[in-house]
Amino acid sequence: MSAPGAAEPGAPAAPPGEAVPGDARRRLASSLVALVPLAAAIVFPLLESGNQGDMSIAVFALIFMAAVSAWNIFSGYSGYLALGHAVFFGTGAYTIALIGTDWHVPAGWALMALLPVCGVVAGLVAIPVGLVALRVRRHTFVVVTIGVFFIFQTLATNLAFTGGTSGIQVPFVLWSSTVFNQRFYYVALVIVVATVALSWAVRRSRFGLQLMAIRDDEDRARGMGVRTARVKLAAFVISAIPVGVVGGLWAYFLGSVYPQSAFDPLFDIALALMGFFGGIGTISGPLVGALLLESLQQYFTQKFSANGLYLIVYGSLFLVVILLMPRGIVPSASQWLRSWRAQRADRTSTPTAGASVAEVAR
Amino acid sequence: MSFDGLIEAIIDGVLTGGVYALMAAGLSLIFGVMDIINIAQGAMVVLGAYLSYVLSVHLGIDLFVGLLITAPAMFALGVVLEWGFMRRLREGDRTAMSILVTYAFAIIIEGVLTKIFSTDYQQLSAPYINDSIHILNFYLPVIYLLGFAMAVVLLGGLYLLFFRTKFGRGLRASLQNRTAADLIGINVNRTRMIAVGIGVAVTACGGMVYGATVAFNPNSGYDLISRLLAIVILGGMGSIGGAMASAVVLLVLADVVAAAWSPVWSILVFYVAIVLVLSLRPSGLFGARAVRAQ
Repeated sequence: MSAPGAAEPGAPAAPPGEAVPGDARRRLASSLVALVPLAAAIVFPLLESGNQGDMSIAVFALIFMAAVSAWNIFSGYSGYLALGHAVFFGTGAYTIALIGTDWHVPAGWALMALLPVCGVVAGLVAIPVGLVALRVRRHTFVVVTIGVFFIFQTLATNLAFTGGTSGIQVPFVLWSSTVFNQRFYYVALVIVVATVALSWAVRRSRFGLQLMAIRDDEDRARGMGVRTARVKLAAFVISAIPVGVVGGLWAYFLGSVYPQSAFDPLFDIALALMGFFGGIGTISGPLVGALLLESLQQYFTQKFSANGLYLIVYGSLFLVVILLMPRGIVPSASQWLRSWRAQRADRTSTPTAGASVAEVAR
Repeated sequence: MSFDGLIEAIIDGVLTGGVYALMAAGLSLIFGVMDIINIAQGAMVVLGAYLSYVLSVHLGIDLFVGLLITAPAMFALGVVLEWGFMRRLREGDRTAMSILVTYAFAIIIEGVLTKIFSTDYQQLSAPYINDSIHILNFYLPVIYLLGFAMAVVLLGGLYLLFFRTKFGRGLRASLQNRTAADLIGINVNRTRMIAVGIGVAVTACGGMVYGATVAFNPNSGYDLISRLLAIVILGGMGSIGGAMASAVVLLVLADVVAAAWSPVWSILVFYVAIVLVLSLRPSGLFGARAVRAQ
């Protein structure tokens, strides 16, 4: 699988080292640009507090932004397409439900504070799953993750402690409807920021470079001394943790867990869709993909529920984007931006032939 | 479990296995030809079932006669999808991208079917659908017998097509070495396009038998795809005979588990089989292919 734009020099968040004069200033500018959406996300509920429909769409969008970012830490950087992360999402959802019902934790901030436990449990589940699934490579791995996912779904449906098909009710929070959405929104936002920070840290680290080496050529990476099995497993577990946390938040937000919705095959595929849509292997791509697709899907479901139309529109839109921008929105857009800049630079100054070629080659 | 119960489970498994082989053959074929994992296979089975439904309910055409119309229609659909989308995926990460693109097909097919038919469950009907033949102590449902016979005939036909005709030789040549096949005058794109069309047409036949044996709605495809993937992986991606054999083995196992233990666990047979088989053979049954690609 070729590197979708991430490892190329000049990509938005290229690792340091090949510093060019003026590069530091540009990086400072781009990190300031990154703060704008964050500020917008913080202010958003204050502007939208009247509209609960929009607020709940926003909470779902944030949940998926965190999940896709986490998925990307493994699948984006290592190039292994995992289609079983719903296992961790469902594990997180059931963990919060079981904590709430069996331990009699009062609903409210106390239960919210236990969300990290969902992440820990999901991480623990990811260890055996990863040990089995990561024995195989690439396409086979995809199918093994699908198989593992269905095993978990069947277990959740049929084991006694999960409540079977009637699921489990998560203790209900007695917050007024305005505050309810707002509080869940900010908790989700914190999780998103933490996940993005994690993704950024992995990307900048030696560990992240090892993952990307595996993506580009696993045999060669191994030959160069990367302990591929260990690195892949670590990334797999790390990427499962935030998915477990948002799974818990999701169950808490909805108030109930059912095997069909907590272990949902559409969730598996949604992560991959959103990742590819935004740009796999980048930091901002998963955020953009999840924000656009999840908001769109929630909006369509609210507008024309139980009507096939939204499926047709969603599927067609996705098909068009995959065919026109196979690398995703963020890498394609930044490529356009770069070539536009290069053209502008060509027009304003008349650089030496060599420099212009270098600029175009990027 | 009684001995008779065991025998009955095995007979059921073999017959149902034929139906599943018919549904899975297209998936195996399309992977073999294009390196594409067709997630829309389940949706295509359901589409085939709905096409037969329309013909039999609105036009009163017999299910098996109706295949003379639905199979060519699905052949055309396969040709269009290959020409419009599958061949346009980049060679390097084609398999990964194919999962996404064919998933989009599945969503669109589901959407169209939901829009037209709603999500109510349907089942195909014909005068002979509830008939069964009584042999010794066992009742053999006629529709399963017909489905099994059709699976044997169609999959046998595919085998002959691939191994005994000029088209088949050209197809296998273009799989082994695309450039060389081009050079000796095989129209690789056209050969692949026809092969995908055949895969989808066979799926129409599988869809008809599926719709005649269980109730279905536009969502049923998701339930199917995981089982079909399990069958195709166990049988070896791209192998038609393997699909037949593994479908029979898996469904016999599932039916025996259902009879001996509980029907809710029978579905686990498929997924445990995937995980076990692939974990015990780390190169996977894709192994040879993956090595070739590097």
